[in-house]
Amino acid sequence: MDRPSGDRPVQSSGNVTSQTRIARLKEVVIGRALLSDSFVLYLSVAYFVVLWVFLPRLGSARNLSNLSSNIWPLLVLVIGQMFVLIVGGIDLSQTSIMAITSVCGALMITSGLDPELFAANPLWGVFVGEQGGPAGGSVAAAPVGIAFMLAIGTLIGSANGLAVARLKMPPFMVTLVSMFFFSGLAICITRSENVRNLPDAFLAIGQNYLGRVPTARGSVGLVPYSFFAALALAVAAWFVLARTILGRWLYAVGMNRRAATVSGVPTDRVIVWAYAVSGFCAALGSVLYSSRLGAGRPTLGENVLLDIIGAAVIGGISLFGGKGKVRWAFYGVLFFVLLDSSLYMLNLKFYTVNIVKGVVILVAALLDVLRNRIRLGWAPTGRAVTA
Amino acid sequence: MSEPILQFEHVSKSFFGAMALTDITLAVRPGMVLGLVGENGAGKSTLMNILGGVIASDEGQIRLEGRPYSTGSPAEATRAGIAFIHQELNLFSHLSILDNLFIDGFPRIGRTPLIHRREAVRRAKEALAAVNLSISPRTRVDRLTPGQKQLVEIAKALHGGAQIIIFDEPTTSLTSRETERLFALIERLRREGRTILYISHVLADVLRLADEIAVLRDGKVVRTGPKAEFDINAMIAAMVGRQVDQLHPIRRGKPADKVLMSVAGVTEPGIVKDISFDLHEGEILGLFGLMGSGRTELGRILFGLDPFRSGTIDMCGQPRRRRTARRSIAAGMAFVTEDRREEGLLMEAPVTENMALVALPNCRRNRVPGTLDRLALRRSVDEMIASLKIKCVSPRTAAVKSLSGGNQQKTVIGKWLLGRPMVCILDEPTRGIDVGARYEVYSIINDLADRGNGLLCISSELEELMGICDSLLVMSKGRICGRFRRDEFDKERILAAAFEGHLERGPRGSSGASN
Repeated sequence: MDRPSGDRPVQSSGNVTSQTRIARLKEVVIGRALLSDSFVLYLSVAYFVVLWVFLPRLGSARNLSNLSSNIWPLLVLVIGQMFVLIVGGIDLSQTSIMAITSVCGALMITSGLDPELFAANPLWGVFVGEQGGPAGGSVAAAPVGIAFMLAIGTLIGSANGLAVARLKMPPFMVTLVSMFFFSGLAICITRSENVRNLPDAFLAIGQNYLGRVPTARGSVGLVPYSFFAALALAVAAWFVLARTILGRWLYAVGMNRRAATVSGVPTDRVIVWAYAVSGFCAALGSVLYSSRLGAGRPTLGENVLLDIIGAAVIGGISLFGGKGKVRWAFYGVLFFVLLDSSLYMLNLKFYTVNIVKGVVILVAALLDVLRNRIRLGWAPTGRAVTA
Repeated sequence: MSEPILQFEHVSKSFFGAMALTDITLAVRPGMVLGLVGENGAGKSTLMNILGGVIASDEGQIRLEGRPYSTGSPAEATRAGIAFIHQELNLFSHLSILDNLFIDGFPRIGRTPLIHRREAVRRAKEALAAVNLSISPRTRVDRLTPGQKQLVEIAKALHGGAQIIIFDEPTTSLTSRETERLFALIERLRREGRTILYISHVLADVLRLADEIAVLRDGKVVRTGPKAEFDINAMIAAMVGRQVDQLHPIRRGKPADKVLMSVAGVTEPGIVKDISFDLHEGEILGLFGLMGSGRTELGRILFGLDPFRSGTIDMCGQPRRRRTARRSIAAGMAFVTEDRREEGLLMEAPVTENMALVALPNCRRNRVPGTLDRLALRRSVDEMIASLKIKCVSPRTAAVKSLSGGNQQKTVIGKWLLGRPMVCILDEPTRGIDVGARYEVYSIINDLADRGNGLLCISSELEELMGICDSLLVMSKGRICGRFRRDEFDKERILAAAFEGHLERGPRGSSGASN
């Protein structure tokens, strides 16, 4: 039905006209581009190049450096979200995990709190004081704080997973509740104040760069430290998904939980793993964002949820489960960050930016449907050439 | 003779270069039952989907009462008086019968958008009475048995004024009692002058119901004629294009004395009661029972998917506790489930991934814990695909849902065989697959027994079990009501045993346990 009219059913192999050949060729080219694993990457590159012509600033060293420091923390979050999406769930609590770990970690390692702001804090005098947190001022403050944050994130994620797997609660409900609970808790234990005076070693992760590039006005950083964190995570995630038994199980559970159970997959455990990974990634993202911000912030990640889900969907990770790759997550984030920064560069108001973002996510979702339809329909001709 | 009500004239349809139907010409007279048979993929469903307006034909045309009829949409087909009773019923299970009957047009109060409840109830009662279903129209559809749901669907079709009714495999989920009821209804509809197109794999039913039979093979009508010209062998011969002397492979091996699985006194209240039997090495043990007899439930209990109150299940002399599917697999069991789509396969995943699922823990790489030895896995999956002769163009990329039923079933079986089981439980191993593939599945079962595996075959088709099994258990109402060795097989006695529990307690209440 969606095929070009020139392409009639072939009666015998003899009478293929040149018209049908062109139509077939068109199908194959469009089909291959659309079906390609790297479709979103092509799209990003095309978008960048086209916009660069009108907005030379987009390609400036300063902007590129800025882009790259925006990509990596978001990628960390999206990779975590992807694990949950693959098992057919959704994790709305990632942003609240960011907030609570940001606050807890910062309270742990801060080297001084303003009594005027924090004296009313329930933890004042017990856990924290004027001299800072328990690990404040210590040489090992940064690693201790990071480990603490990651542990909390993983723990909350596992709790989400247990509720989904064992209590058979809908993922949307579980993580919605935990989103409200932990973002409330984060505000409660800090009384809405940012926790400052974090050790330099911690701040370096989000703020420093490896190598610098000279520009007309000073210089900009080349590779942010957060890149290495994201890279390590991406490689680990790829390894788990593509090379381990757990990886196969994750996809199987997402595609058909009942069939997976019958086939001996420890379904509950796999689901808990997925949510734990998501919690861990949220905490890692929190480390990167908090350190860039230079503070533990109870409202950290407030507006990031749309970005996470949006980037995942744009990358082609299915909300119905069973589909997702680290590469796709990266392409999705790349496109999303590019879109975001270019829209701001066009001097659009924040609401216009949100409108455009919404439209783009819609288009991405439509494209996903289209791709699936093409895969079902055109695959025999399109794929044969690829293979 | 009267003019044909429905004519297909040179209808052709291709999907992406592959011909699904070639030059179909077929005429159906009013008040006739046309039996449509053919292997899976022969084009029956495609032809009916064209008639039902689900898809459009490429060439040729259809005439209704002599007038050309173009199929635009299912709604148009309904308006033209064509109803399609699908294999998977198309009812909204959370709505009442009433809502389902009128979903495409409730009676209204005057011209307002308000529903005329009383009128709707009255008409619904009429419609249900027409199919002999005495149930309140306010009953929710998910409370009904499969047979009752089907009657509701038929009532809906009749209420819509359907003159041509298509049945696609209507008996797969019915008890034999419900099947009888359906056949009586079809008989009545024919007497009323309606035209029936009846598609089924159960050739005996087709032979019984149809006035005329059309056999499809590879998208072509290969033989049509009045029922008198056919018998089952003739139909099969036309379907497969060659003479099939044998439906079942010859059973050569003999069961050994060693007991692989020993079941003693297994009881779960309301489901099964006091089940005891031994499964030996190299034995094919059949488990026959009507729908709702507890045969599938017993399979699930044996495999550890469902719990049981008392009794023991030993594997190779080892009692089994804390049973889960995972532990059962580790203990050497396999379970080919009845429902391929829901419990058997990852429909979106390719063949290779489906096959690997059970064997994953066996393909561990020792150096790094938790990682896969992908080379070994790929090799064993490829070997299995070859040895089961699974036909698939691209087993690594094409979703398994694009395969035919037979190849899907072979994929499920292959998945379990890769786990190297000793005991295989197969629930309806040939459901929804065609004659050729059936023979292959039987051969696989035979080979497994010859290699020393113990097999428990659960089926509702007695001929099948009598053809392949060494001995047979008959279940009725959750109990074993009969045990037969191969030399004692006797259709009447086995059926009598299967109906045993049903005779004691009357017809109702027999279908509660299933679903």
